[in-house]
Amino acid sequence: MRHFETRLPKSSHNAVGRPSPHDSAVTQVTGRAHYIDDQPLPADALHAYPVLAPVAQGTLKQIDSAEVEQWPGVLAVLTTEDIPGRRDIGPVFPGDVLLVEDRIHYHGQPVAVVVAESYELARRAARAVSVEVDAEAAQLTVQKAVADQRWVRPPFTLTRGDIDQGFAGSDHELAGEISLGGQEHFYLEGQVALVSPTDDGGLFVKCSTQHPSEVQHLVADVLNKPMQAVTVEMRRMGGGFGGKETQAAQWAILAAMAADVTGRTVKLRLARADDFRLTGKRHPFWNRYRVGFDDEGRIQAADIEVNGNCGYSPDLSDAIVDRAMFHADNTYFYEQVRITGHRAKTDTVSHTAFRGFGGPQGMIVAEAIMDDVARHLGKDPADIRRVNLYSPGRDQTPYHQTVDQFVVGDMMQKLMDEADYTSRRQAIAEFNRTSPIIRKGLSITPVKFGISFTVQHLNQAGALVHVYTDGSIHLNHGGTEMGQGLNVKVQQIVAQAFGVPLASVGVSATRTDKVPNTSATAASSGSDLNGMAALNAANTIKQRLIEFLVERDGADPDSFVFEQGQVQYDQGSLTFKELAKAAYEARISLSSTGYYATPKIHFNRAEGKGRPFFYFAHGVSMTEVEVDTLTGEQAVTRVDILHDVGHSLNPAIDIGQIEGGFVQGMGWLTTEDLRWDDQGALASFGPATYKIPAIGDMPAEFNVRLYDSENPETTVFRSKAVGEPPFMLANSVWCAIRDAVSSLSDYRFSPPLTAPATPESILAAVTATRAWSLQKQEHDDAE
Amino acid sequence: MITFLLNQTPVQIHEAAPSLSVLDWLRTKSAQRGTKEGCASGDCGACTVVIGAPGDHGVEYRHVNACLMLVGQLHGKHLITVEGLSEPSAQTPEQLHPVQRAMVECHGSQCGFCTPGFIMSMFALYMNFDQCPPRDTVIAHLGGNLCRCTGYRPILDACERMYEYPRSSDTFRPAAQAFFDARQPTPAVMSEGPRQFTAPESLAELLKLRQQWPDARLIAGGTDLSLAFTQALETPAQVISLTDVAELQQMTEHNDCLEIGAAVSYERFLPTLLQHYQEAEEMFHRLGSKQIRHSGTLGGSLGNASPIGDPAPLLLALQADLQLVGPGGSRWVPVSEFFLAYRETVLKDDEVIASVRVPKRRPSQALYCYKISKRIEDDISTVLLVLSFDITDGHMHNVRSGFGGMAAIPMSSESLNAALEGQPLTLDTLEQAGQVLADDFNPMSDVRATRQYRLQVCQNLLLRVGYEQQAMAQVRIQHAAL
Repeated sequence: MRHFETRLPKSSHNAVGRPSPHDSAVTQVTGRAHYIDDQPLPADALHAYPVLAPVAQGTLKQIDSAEVEQWPGVLAVLTTEDIPGRRDIGPVFPGDVLLVEDRIHYHGQPVAVVVAESYELARRAARAVSVEVDAEAAQLTVQKAVADQRWVRPPFTLTRGDIDQGFAGSDHELAGEISLGGQEHFYLEGQVALVSPTDDGGLFVKCSTQHPSEVQHLVADVLNKPMQAVTVEMRRMGGGFGGKETQAAQWAILAAMAADVTGRTVKLRLARADDFRLTGKRHPFWNRYRVGFDDEGRIQAADIEVNGNCGYSPDLSDAIVDRAMFHADNTYFYEQVRITGHRAKTDTVSHTAFRGFGGPQGMIVAEAIMDDVARHLGKDPADIRRVNLYSPGRDQTPYHQTVDQFVVGDMMQKLMDEADYTSRRQAIAEFNRTSPIIRKGLSITPVKFGISFTVQHLNQAGALVHVYTDGSIHLNHGGTEMGQGLNVKVQQIVAQAFGVPLASVGVSATRTDKVPNTSATAASSGSDLNGMAALNAANTIKQRLIEFLVERDGADPDSFVFEQGQVQYDQGSLTFKELAKAAYEARISLSSTGYYATPKIHFNRAEGKGRPFFYFAHGVSMTEVEVDTLTGEQAVTRVDILHDVGHSLNPAIDIGQIEGGFVQGMGWLTTEDLRWDDQGALASFGPATYKIPAIGDMPAEFNVRLYDSENPETTVFRSKAVGEPPFMLANSVWCAIRDAVSSLSDYRFSPPLTAPATPESILAAVTATRAWSLQKQEHDDAE
Repeated sequence: MITFLLNQTPVQIHEAAPSLSVLDWLRTKSAQRGTKEGCASGDCGACTVVIGAPGDHGVEYRHVNACLMLVGQLHGKHLITVEGLSEPSAQTPEQLHPVQRAMVECHGSQCGFCTPGFIMSMFALYMNFDQCPPRDTVIAHLGGNLCRCTGYRPILDACERMYEYPRSSDTFRPAAQAFFDARQPTPAVMSEGPRQFTAPESLAELLKLRQQWPDARLIAGGTDLSLAFTQALETPAQVISLTDVAELQQMTEHNDCLEIGAAVSYERFLPTLLQHYQEAEEMFHRLGSKQIRHSGTLGGSLGNASPIGDPAPLLLALQADLQLVGPGGSRWVPVSEFFLAYRETVLKDDEVIASVRVPKRRPSQALYCYKISKRIEDDISTVLLVLSFDITDGHMHNVRSGFGGMAAIPMSSESLNAALEGQPLTLDTLEQAGQVLADDFNPMSDVRATRQYRLQVCQNLLLRVGYEQQAMAQVRIQHAAL
């Protein structure tokens, strides 16, 4: 069974739909939840630490580790020469070497790994290894890379209609550009792996990774072992956000190499500053756009170019820039459209997955366009947004997928009514007219986010369910728990299937020997895929149980109700525990795997046409801000959100994802400012210089509600994915800041606002707006 | 020997590296790994623990960063970690400490890695307030704990919820009191091989040690120095802790000034200082986090001589003096003469900073203290501007300024002082006077801001002074942490 219908029965005893706490809540608050660095180590365990390249670009001449290798407690210094198998660990395309071979690609790139008896010693020794290089100038800007056509992957264009005809027939035309910073994941638990050799020549790897199967695959390839000799286990991550999708592997592989060489357990944990330096970020983007539109602000032609700064290698950048392109329309219909995506190569660490996966960097272009059009026509930006929403007949995306769920208009209207958009907008305009320093801004922005991996074969998942003779249930699935509440959701799904209390279902660590060949827990797909696979496994066992009673008691198979730990049917009732025991004694298998593959999706990349997404998740947010026009400081004072998760599997978890996603998105667009120095070294390499939102940054008034609707597609209990979409609700923060600044021009100038909108960036926008107004004044006076 | 109480258990340490942090001791030496390492630099709060010490009102509990405090500095203290809050067998929310239960029931943990640190900051709140304090107090208490998952709303809710359960009986203070009462005073000495840690209790003892070990590292709050150990991997031969030196812990109110011991923590001296200079409250509340302010000291900040240390510009504008003490005796130096060059001061190798003398407020004195940073909470200043003057008949006199982030040292702008002296306090005057800042300062462009922004924002902040005078319009953004 690859796909099947699920609907929740009308019952007050459903496990699905309850706000059950996170599966590890009690162990987390007591400090008993083990993360990898908390694991007790064997007495002879070792520590590995990478030796870092001292330049961003150049040739490696020599690694001199002779002296360090004499230090007491230092066991080995391993280089690329020590790799028995594959040296390139590029996850999709080649380009990511495990250790520098000849070319140095970014500042800090690992050139060797030290193995020593303590963490401190390994770190100190790694710094003492002498690395000799021929340095070259580093090329760091995306603009230069675009000018030079320096790509990590070829450009790709989506077109629908005739763009030239669109512009020729348009009433107005505007152009603009937007610079978007990257974003450090800042998972609180840094990259870490712990590897033990097994007595049969294999390796047991514990790794904080969103992708255990890929770690298994790469460890096996690098060490020339079959995949069956490598087992990867992952119980929980202290945050992932995409940063442990591909980029957890390198550290696990280096530890595995060291373990294989020494025959001892080896741990590798990056210190925070090195985690900053050595792992990729959200891609910075530099995007340009030109739009034609009519007097009502309807977009007649859109020509958009998104340029992702990919760093030195492809990593996942092909798909990330694709997703930016797939979201440059957001909820808006462009009559004629061309969207070009460039994957620019720069001499920095390779940028990687981060919640939204390029989507945010594409989507914000659409929001910038809506605001620009509104200012140009002197209209309310909310009206321009509404007039452009996808609607029946205006429903073709730039990639030729037909939009068929039109809820955003209703969501916008509801939120505008509930949060008093119109009266607040008036009050704010009034305030701004007389306020010399503080300006307020208000913005409502929608989100439409495509759900599915855009690489089709990744849309599959497996699970393993055992029922024991006491009626308790062991659940394992291929997804990884990084805080998002995937485990409790899948637990709820299995408890629902068997009609047992949540506590009867135990969920165990993700392991490659339990569920093989899994996809990364990414693309918001965790519960869609693994929930369905677990349901499949549970239903298989449940069907066997029903068939057993049908045969034993002559029961009507349609009469069964599994609820509250009881099984009721036309011929009687028994507890689930009694049934499990009876079935066991009747020699019925109480264990099953489950499998799921997403239906309907397809995409022909050569033509840029297809249905890459099974469905879309939606949300609408309204943000009010205050901006200090003297300093550029800002505060988010009120946020209202209405978000579409279909039928929620767990409203508490879903609201947690929405709030957390919003605040993380707000951080990307406001305080989180990555800076590289002109030598290509990361200058903001720790939380002292890189500022994620703190508790006081949370909007003072923060209202989050779920939109009441079911997923029209047959997802697990008609729910929708929730991991990434809420991140882009924060676009309203950026738009609201721009709105506040725009008030300085009486809302006729759409200021350039570089993201993140730091005080400096906002003050620059203020200065530009004042200059525009002055010029306009002079121009008007002259006339 | 170092002795302290860990949760309910007395601990003795004879041997350990002098620079070993409380965090590393917990995680690697005592197998108590509930306390997490997020950054090892005092910026994330994941390693927050609570320290109890005898105070004016019985045992006082404060939350600090375990990555910045050295294990030797635990001597004679009560260390409470996340493991100490409930029984190891606790499984249901009802069996947990109210702080923990509230976090479970409000869905305050997602990935859980920051959670023990939040739990301990919330526990400190619980130990210091019988009832839920106002939201701004809660925010100020938790501003040094970062969470990347939740967006904080459920954590703030949990801070209210924890007060709605029956109050947990305090088993901590009685245990601490019993430990303190039974304790035989022993010198705080600890070593590992030739490397030594010690915490002298008198200034005389400290000066002697300073001569004996000229290369020893002096540590007070450790909020900066500890990074030399955890980030730069320095391994000092000797570490001398200043936190037990009685003379450095004194705070005296004289007729014309406040004298603050160099090792008095920010949180201890702030109530007194802010009685006189309430305008500095925002700046101090944005100096590091609550954890940092529980540890950090004026002596540490000034001795460190960072161009972006926040107290120095204020002390410059207030014309404070420093007392430097050495074997030859004591001398007073104005703060304006203390800094020589980037991280260079007049402090001699055998001297220590003993205290800071801040003149009391004059009735006609006005003070403005503005900090600009990318994030409002727990962020290092992009620039800090302090302006003090007497106002008579609408004119400014005795103008003194202090700037951070504008030069290699914290500096007053003599040109600005002169440009404002005797002038009427108007927007025009302030705008014109701002032009002279470019004469005194050539700030650098760095990770926090460009040179242009630093200059422009300082000029604009002078306008803020003028707008504040008018008291007509809203002058500041309404941020929850302001």
